[in-house]
Amino acid sequence: MVILFKIKLKVLFVLKVMVQGFIQIILTLILVILITPILGSYIANVFLGKSTFLDRFLKPLEARLFPLFGLKIIEATNTTGVQYAKDVVASNLIMGVLVFSILMLQGFLPLNPTELDAPSWDLALHTSISFLTNTNQQHYSGETTFSYGSQVLALGFLMFTSAGTGLAVAIAFIRGITGKRLGNFYVDLTLCITRILLPISIVGAIVLIISGVPETLSPPITVTTLEGANQVIATGPVAHFEIIKELGENGGGFFGINSAHPYENPNPFSNLFTILAMMSIPTSLIYTYGVFAQNKRQGWLIFWMVFSIFAFLVVISAVGEYQGNPLVNNLLGDTQPNLEGKEVRFGWSQTALWAVMTTGTMCGAVNGMHDSLMPPGGFSVLFNLFLQIVWGGQGTGTAYLFIYLILAVFLTGLMVGRTPEFLGRKIEKPEIVLASVILLVHPIAILIPSAITLAFPETLAGISNPGFHGLSQVVFEYASAAANNGSGFEGLGDDTLWWNLSATFSLLVGRYVPIIALLLLADNMSRKQKVPLNAGTLRTDTKLFTGVTAGVILILGALTFFPVLALGPIAEGFAF
Amino acid sequence: MNKSLKSKRKNGTKPQNKGLYLRAISQSFVKLNPKLAIKNPVLFLVWVGTVVTFIATINPSIFGSTDTGDQRIFNGLITVTLFLTILFANFAEAVAEGRGKAQADALRATKSETIARKIMADGTTQEVNSTSLRRGDHIKVIAGDVIPADGEVIGGMASVDESAITGESAPVLKQPGTDIASSVTGGTRIVSDDLTIRISVDPGKGFIDRMINLVEGAQRSKTPNEIALTVLLAVLTQVFLIVIATMPPVANYVENPVSIAVLISLLVALIPTTIGGLLSAIGIAGMDRVAQFNVIATSGRAVEICGDINTLVLDKTGTITLGNRLAEEFIPVNGHTMEEVAEVALISSLFDETPEGRSIVDLANQLDVDTNCDRHGATGIEFSARTRMSGTDLSNGIEVRKGAVDAIKGFVRSRGGNVPEKLDQVYEKVSRLGGTPLAVCQKDEIYGVIYLKDIIKPGIRERFDQMRRMGIRTVMLTGDNRITAEVIAQEAGVDDFVAEATPEDKIEVIRSEQAKGKLVAMTGDGTNDAPALAQANVGVAMNSGTQAAKEAANMVDLDSDPTKLIDIVTIGKQLLITRGALTTFSIANDVAKYFAIIPAIFAGTGIGALNIMNLGSSQSAILSALIYNALIIPALIPLALKGVEFRALTADQLLQRNILIYGLGGVIAPFIAIKAIDVVVTAVGLG
Repeated sequence: MVILFKIKLKVLFVLKVMVQGFIQIILTLILVILITPILGSYIANVFLGKSTFLDRFLKPLEARLFPLFGLKIIEATNTTGVQYAKDVVASNLIMGVLVFSILMLQGFLPLNPTELDAPSWDLALHTSISFLTNTNQQHYSGETTFSYGSQVLALGFLMFTSAGTGLAVAIAFIRGITGKRLGNFYVDLTLCITRILLPISIVGAIVLIISGVPETLSPPITVTTLEGANQVIATGPVAHFEIIKELGENGGGFFGINSAHPYENPNPFSNLFTILAMMSIPTSLIYTYGVFAQNKRQGWLIFWMVFSIFAFLVVISAVGEYQGNPLVNNLLGDTQPNLEGKEVRFGWSQTALWAVMTTGTMCGAVNGMHDSLMPPGGFSVLFNLFLQIVWGGQGTGTAYLFIYLILAVFLTGLMVGRTPEFLGRKIEKPEIVLASVILLVHPIAILIPSAITLAFPETLAGISNPGFHGLSQVVFEYASAAANNGSGFEGLGDDTLWWNLSATFSLLVGRYVPIIALLLLADNMSRKQKVPLNAGTLRTDTKLFTGVTAGVILILGALTFFPVLALGPIAEGFAF
Repeated sequence: MNKSLKSKRKNGTKPQNKGLYLRAISQSFVKLNPKLAIKNPVLFLVWVGTVVTFIATINPSIFGSTDTGDQRIFNGLITVTLFLTILFANFAEAVAEGRGKAQADALRATKSETIARKIMADGTTQEVNSTSLRRGDHIKVIAGDVIPADGEVIGGMASVDESAITGESAPVLKQPGTDIASSVTGGTRIVSDDLTIRISVDPGKGFIDRMINLVEGAQRSKTPNEIALTVLLAVLTQVFLIVIATMPPVANYVENPVSIAVLISLLVALIPTTIGGLLSAIGIAGMDRVAQFNVIATSGRAVEICGDINTLVLDKTGTITLGNRLAEEFIPVNGHTMEEVAEVALISSLFDETPEGRSIVDLANQLDVDTNCDRHGATGIEFSARTRMSGTDLSNGIEVRKGAVDAIKGFVRSRGGNVPEKLDQVYEKVSRLGGTPLAVCQKDEIYGVIYLKDIIKPGIRERFDQMRRMGIRTVMLTGDNRITAEVIAQEAGVDDFVAEATPEDKIEVIRSEQAKGKLVAMTGDGTNDAPALAQANVGVAMNSGTQAAKEAANMVDLDSDPTKLIDIVTIGKQLLITRGALTTFSIANDVAKYFAIIPAIFAGTGIGALNIMNLGSSQSAILSALIYNALIIPALIPLALKGVEFRALTADQLLQRNILIYGLGGVIAPFIAIKAIDVVVTAVGLG
């Protein structure tokens, strides 16, 4: 009788843990869905030139500032796709050189209370490119490598501009495919920062400070612990760094262990708040597209398509973590969720949710170690990086979604007996060439360096776990770089010349090749004569076509990486 | 679809299919020539793969693997399967080309070199070889001659047998000056009398030459959509090439090395060989279908555009209604009797040789009305677009006229007469019946109205309903008055019409549609149609039409049947659907092939559970996937050549239907087929 009661209690407890975890996830997702149309239409208003509440303060300032750079008022400037791309590359190059110089010279610069010296040139290169490309892949620990000055002025600066660059490109892309002129990069970048990133960051940073995140320029604090030992507690200007880290899908932590650090992410509230910051722009931008295309229905259809894939990944990851590690559970003789590599403040469900979100949105911040995820979680995070569209990076993710839509139209659209057209514009050879370039970027930037590294595991890789898991670590590192995510599977000794340089290659190819292709493609589309819709036109805003697109995404995007997924997390999963 | 049967070539020139397949088989080997093979990047890669596996068969350890004789047999089987894959793809193309060639040969037979009588500058004739004729030369042809080249009749009158190109055995009357009957086609035979012809094309540029070139595929350049698709297939091939090329280090790292033959097998299974192998066959077969309909297209591009047409601009006469309006009734006004009206109408039509004029005479005769006027002293007044009436001036100076009602009103007023009130009522009544009212008058008095009845072609309404479902708008152009046009438009079910249209209106309609981004197709035959034919995205000229119209068009219908425009649109759509369906099928197949091969290759890593088809062994799994990959090409050749069945549905319905068959089917079918092949392979002990 007593035993039976105990079992019953146990079952109830297990049920409670599970239900609690999933309810947390569901509530978070509902908030994400609620934010989407609000922020989405705000972004659309900003870039459609409608007046927004900040205009009153900023317009007069801009009116005086813009002429200094030869820019006219916002609505009046347009450039071609080529010019837009040139502006992106040129401005990024200048910013990159600037930041690289700051990092190398940090020993001579102010705001360096811990008197940190210059890092190695390859680490500085990797770090500047990594932040420049909105990736924030870190081959270092922030608090022991870079001074406050480097973090705030150099890296923090790039966190805004790189997020703004991605967003601006996405807006130009959306303008192009909906038949508008592309706009002007500098104007768009300014709008991204002044109307979206900066205002939300200021409010967000205050919220984070209230929830307990430090914001100080004072040096690390030395305390005496209860045992009488001396402990140095790193601190710094964290709060403002933290909010743009999430909002801009940057992901580079102020501290080495990122959002698992109690000063970056002190409690469940800050966790929820940063999750929402992380998810808001990539989800909202799909809605923004709907406004631009005057077809909100299509915006929502695409949103729900991505949401379905996303929810599936969240569920398998959460279940995987909840069921726990069979090896550990066998030892314990008990069923416990997998809590290795997790902050118990957040538990299995919030960590699983975070992991899928951070890899999906290309944020790359972590609140638990991906290396410790169970194989379904490992599968999900890799899958996200390969596809880049389960929300996708700041701006670019939404644009990639449309590349898949265009490819789906091209492949299946012929079946209605017309040459394929998307949003009334014909898809012809130049567009297919450009879309194909984007399709090729990932295999080139992920598989090729992975193969080289794995060919010389001893000399190059520095893998901590051999076998399938080690394979996942290596592939993840390049996938994270190429997808401009920045999170790591960890466990790699990655601050080596090889890793720094090869990852830099993936970062650059994964960022700028697609951006240029996207802009040229949008430019082409915007110049096409629009064909009117009629009964013979393939409608892309139907459930059927959205389903077809999902199929194309899975076949073209995911099958490419099926072998490495099979040999990495899938094989690992079967090995348990 | 009895229409399509009717328009197929009937006699003499039917293509010979005998030996077609034998020739195609030998062509399949000829196409192995690397210089030819490299044009198709997907299959060229298979070709290279075959060579590598062949080397690995001869010496299995050459690429580093250290296997036994068993490996040699396996590699050999892979080599054979890969080789067959290429042959099958070549065969598909060769069959499609072969069919075109057979048709071309039949045409070429009509174009033997002949002796032509060239009229020299001094007026004498000189016998020259037909190939030496140039544009602008004048020649004389007499009964029994084969007309040596396309040209325009400038003298004489003769009947010409055009069955060689149209299949219609009844000879056609040719004479100068008329829009329709003044152009002749090289290769046709003059059966009576003689003609003087001005040659309008240089040798090798005539219609028959163009047709031969086209069906033979000699000048077949890829269409824009085909090029774009080829690009995408090449990129997919590249993606998979990277996937496979980077696999050895990955496989070695997890201690499950993979042999080169297996890697090539996986590569070939993944790259889109099915659509790659069938793509050109689909294109050639599409052109072939157009030719079978007796239409010459100047390019494959023109056929492809047909699928995109948004608006059809159609002449009422001959397309929507049967060619000729016939007199149905004489309606008197002004207190005249019907007999009186009939007599006046008869007199007005004495010299009118048009079918309408003849039908007026016939109707009058049926009513036993005759005229006793003196024909010899009378003169015929021809119809002109300006006066819009015709008639007869009798020897005693009496003028008899028939024509458009307001034209006759004007005529009568100018002669001092009055217009009876009832005339407008009759005019409206006839118009409301969809007929054409012609007023008749003698001197200054209007006698009545001839009701010319238009007969709408049977079945045309259904065709227009289909067009509407496919999202194609139809616009009818007619010289009729508004009321008549409206009635006919409604009866025939066209979406829009332009009444009292002039040739200039035609080009205006096309331009305004194009300004809205629409693609427009039209038919035409007269000289004044040429600018509109050139302006339209698809212009189909009637073979009976003028040279100018044919030059301006991008298609010529040898049967001169304007309704065929609708069929051509259908062919264009069918071509695109077939291409899309096979592309989708080919790419969807990859899922099953992955699930067959990946677990087989990496069985050592414990991912055997992914072997959801439960295939016999890893060798049989790889072989089965490859055999499926090879066999699916010949299995789909009939579909590629015949085209996917076309239904007039909306785009959404078509997508749903085709996605179900070719998308979902493409995912599921190979699972079943590969499993079946695996059972056989295991049973015969190959695996």
